[in-house]
Amino acid sequence: MLTAVRGSPGKLRADTCCADLTEQYVDTMSNKQPAWAPEDLDRFRAVQQLAYRCAEAVAATLEPGVTEKQAAQRMRHWLMENGADDWFHVPFAWFGDRTTFHRFRTPLQFFPTDKRLEEGMPFILDCAPVADGYTADIGYAGSLGGNAVQAQILEDLQEYRALILAEVRERKPLNEIYRSVDALIARHGYDNRHRVYPGRVLAHQVTRLKVRGPRAIVAGFGVRSLQTLGRELVAERIVGRSPLWADGKSSGHAPTPGLWAVEPHLGLRRVGAKFEELLVVTEDDAYWLDDDLPHVRAWGAGAAGATEPETQPEAQAGTDETGVADTATPGKARTRSRTRTTSKESAA
Amino acid sequence: MKELQSYVTAPDGVRLAVFEWGERSAATTVVLVHGYPDTHAVWRPIAEQLAERHHVVAYDVRGAGHSDAPRRVRSYTLATLEADLGAVLAEVSPDKPVHLVGHDWGSIQSWESVTGTALADRIASFTSVSGPCLDHVGQWFRSRLRRPSPRALGQLAWQGVHSWYIGYFHLPLLPPLLWRTAMVKAWPALLHAIEGVPHGSGAPTFPTDAVRGLALYRANMIPRLTRPRKRPTEIPVQVVLPQKDLYVTPAMAGQAPQPFVGRLWRRPLRAGHWAPLTHETVLAGWIDEFVDHIEGAPAAPALDRAQVRRGNDDGAESSPHAGRLVVVTGAGSGIGRATALAFADAGASVVAADLNAASAARTAQLASLLGSPRTGWHAVDVSDPAAMEEFAKAVHAEHGVPDVVVNNAGIGLGGAFLDTTTSDWDAVLGVNLMGVVHGCRLFGAMMKERGEGGHLVNIASAAAYLPSRTLSAYATSKAAVLMLTECLRAELADQGIGVSAVCPGFVNTAIAKATRYVGVSASEQEQLRGKADRLYRLRNLPPERVAEAVLRAVRENRPVVLVAAEARIGRALSRLSPGTLRFVARRDLTPR
Repeated sequence: MLTAVRGSPGKLRADTCCADLTEQYVDTMSNKQPAWAPEDLDRFRAVQQLAYRCAEAVAATLEPGVTEKQAAQRMRHWLMENGADDWFHVPFAWFGDRTTFHRFRTPLQFFPTDKRLEEGMPFILDCAPVADGYTADIGYAGSLGGNAVQAQILEDLQEYRALILAEVRERKPLNEIYRSVDALIARHGYDNRHRVYPGRVLAHQVTRLKVRGPRAIVAGFGVRSLQTLGRELVAERIVGRSPLWADGKSSGHAPTPGLWAVEPHLGLRRVGAKFEELLVVTEDDAYWLDDDLPHVRAWGAGAAGATEPETQPEAQAGTDETGVADTATPGKARTRSRTRTTSKESAA
Repeated sequence: MKELQSYVTAPDGVRLAVFEWGERSAATTVVLVHGYPDTHAVWRPIAEQLAERHHVVAYDVRGAGHSDAPRRVRSYTLATLEADLGAVLAEVSPDKPVHLVGHDWGSIQSWESVTGTALADRIASFTSVSGPCLDHVGQWFRSRLRRPSPRALGQLAWQGVHSWYIGYFHLPLLPPLLWRTAMVKAWPALLHAIEGVPHGSGAPTFPTDAVRGLALYRANMIPRLTRPRKRPTEIPVQVVLPQKDLYVTPAMAGQAPQPFVGRLWRRPLRAGHWAPLTHETVLAGWIDEFVDHIEGAPAAPALDRAQVRRGNDDGAESSPHAGRLVVVTGAGSGIGRATALAFADAGASVVAADLNAASAARTAQLASLLGSPRTGWHAVDVSDPAAMEEFAKAVHAEHGVPDVVVNNAGIGLGGAFLDTTTSDWDAVLGVNLMGVVHGCRLFGAMMKERGEGGHLVNIASAAAYLPSRTLSAYATSKAAVLMLTECLRAELADQGIGVSAVCPGFVNTAIAKATRYVGVSASEQEQLRGKADRLYRLRNLPPERVAEAVLRAVRENRPVVLVAAEARIGRALSRLSPGTLRFVARRDLTPR
């Protein structure tokens, strides 16, 4: 998959707007520059596809009695066999009430345990492989044999994906978007579980790793990723921004152009669910890097008779004032996926 | 009511005294088996009520009352007791299967027949009160020890504490000696004092029954508990679980039969061990309801909720809230919604009421996803007496009498007293106080009339005892709720209706953003709300914490439950150093 994409960058569509911005950004934020080139976006997309395929493949192997450690190990092996060469963080697996981070007090509790999967139990697989410096960070929620509560949360997550995109496009401050998400959570009757993540983050920025050095893992994070993240934290702090998207004052700024791994994580009592995927933010627009993902496909399959993506006009970055209301529906997101989906198919 | 007495001879020649009430030609026969140290007399109040619709039979178990008392311990094994029951059934209902009811040892020995083969086709249903199947108990103990979680071990230890007397009954000489001496007067007095058993309900043959009946323990306990058999049954079983039973814990009695009984109903009852003498009307009603249902009538809502449904996880099933009907007001958000969902998660049926219909419906939807067996929702303004009356009637018609009512709906109001208008007062007192009053009045009356007890939970606030210059209306309304709760608790205690107040601190809910501040401009209003909301978010006290407190208040029948450190510290200060609180009250702590 990775080599196939690498071999056919010419077929992939270049977003002209992004390309222009890229050039503007080359000087100021050199580390982010690769994220803006269309070839780079394709590489990010490919790694994200790889990560989601890993989650789906491992989820299909989960049987009653398997432990979180075993599930995480399976993800690790699968990814290493299929092209990952480093980690943003090591794969995580959470089963049962651990999908809501029930009674998590320390970050150590995120690491896989010997908890066993049982029939009807929800699980979340979260992996963040790096391939050739391109990082993905994904979350995949499922259950063994079906869980009605989780199915409802997964269904409702659709609204969060639309809401976040719509408000990022409006360029609302990130902490305000965080609160809009909280308001939707309250309306749905769920519990905000992403606030348990370090820094209460709803999302965090992802960049291309350019650091050299050993690919060691410290505290579950790849050393090179930590270095990059640390550098970002400092660099962004200087310009009054944060690469971590939370509800505090440090996130009181408009969405920073770049790639954001967005991970709304919801819980209802002892059942949790999330998705995590990359959001591309440009200077005046935003779109999900890829719509050909398991959760988006599931919503598409659920919404029978949805508009054919091909009949939708191509969304242009410049015409977004009129498209704001439209962004609340998944339809627009799907229009962005059209070319990408086809390009991937041609690449595969 | 006429009580017919006759004798039946058991296969081993023991004569058993049999008592009958009602028409022998009635469509259904109910057979009542008494425990230790009782006689058929323990069933008399219930038998008289049931006899209006059924043919009712009770008999003195061998060794008790007017029946013969063989001397050897081995004449009291479960097998001989089963043969006795067989002989009685052949006599009183030779053609039709009967509905069996057992209390204490009567229940233990009936389980032998229910889970055995000899009489299986002679029994249509079984209602068990405070007497588990010894084989099931043995298996339950083993399963707990095989998977020893702290909770499982706790349940084992707790049951162990309650079973002290079993070891005592195995001692030589001492138990009969005590029964014959000190206990002759002490036992009825203890029953009256601890269990509330009315005077004069004991049998004239006491304490002889108690001495002879010791053989029941000596013949069966050790062999059955140490070598438990696997005894499944397809006979429908209704297990009544007295929550204050001093001998059989509801955890064990409720869980032990689960793996072995195909059709099981569990009915918690706020009563002690001698429920047949203290809660005769409730038990008679439940037996009647169950018999009717097994004979083909549709299940009453409460019975329907009590049925154990396969597929639900063990945690929910073993909860004392499983199968209860819970009504929550203000259930569309915050504490109300969290409470409704916590009850739903515990297996209770939830009726969610809120001013906002959509949010109430959403809560009901989530509740049913969590496994709440029957849910409902209503849009209701708690401050409107007519609407509340209509709401209470609707709940009664659709679901029956609620077991738990949580009066949670409330609104916030901040600002100076002199800026607070009469209409502001009407609004705050209307929802926060009168809403609670209406809920308690309407549902409390239903609970009292039903006679099965129940629980009212009123959500007050730490503001109920923490004075503040900016919360005069809100704090007054909550203080009133707290006092109302205390008074009502005293009044309804005799009815078995618990009343609790829950006083949370600063819980992160929508109330911070909806609180109205008097005496400020519209823009200031928004600013104050935003600031307050920020503080509440920082405090980060989730409504689920309050929900857990509500469940605990019901489970343990606690008078007042404080939630969060600020509520506890404030309560302590209000007692130790009210001056400090008065000093703090003079500061305007509204975040500006």
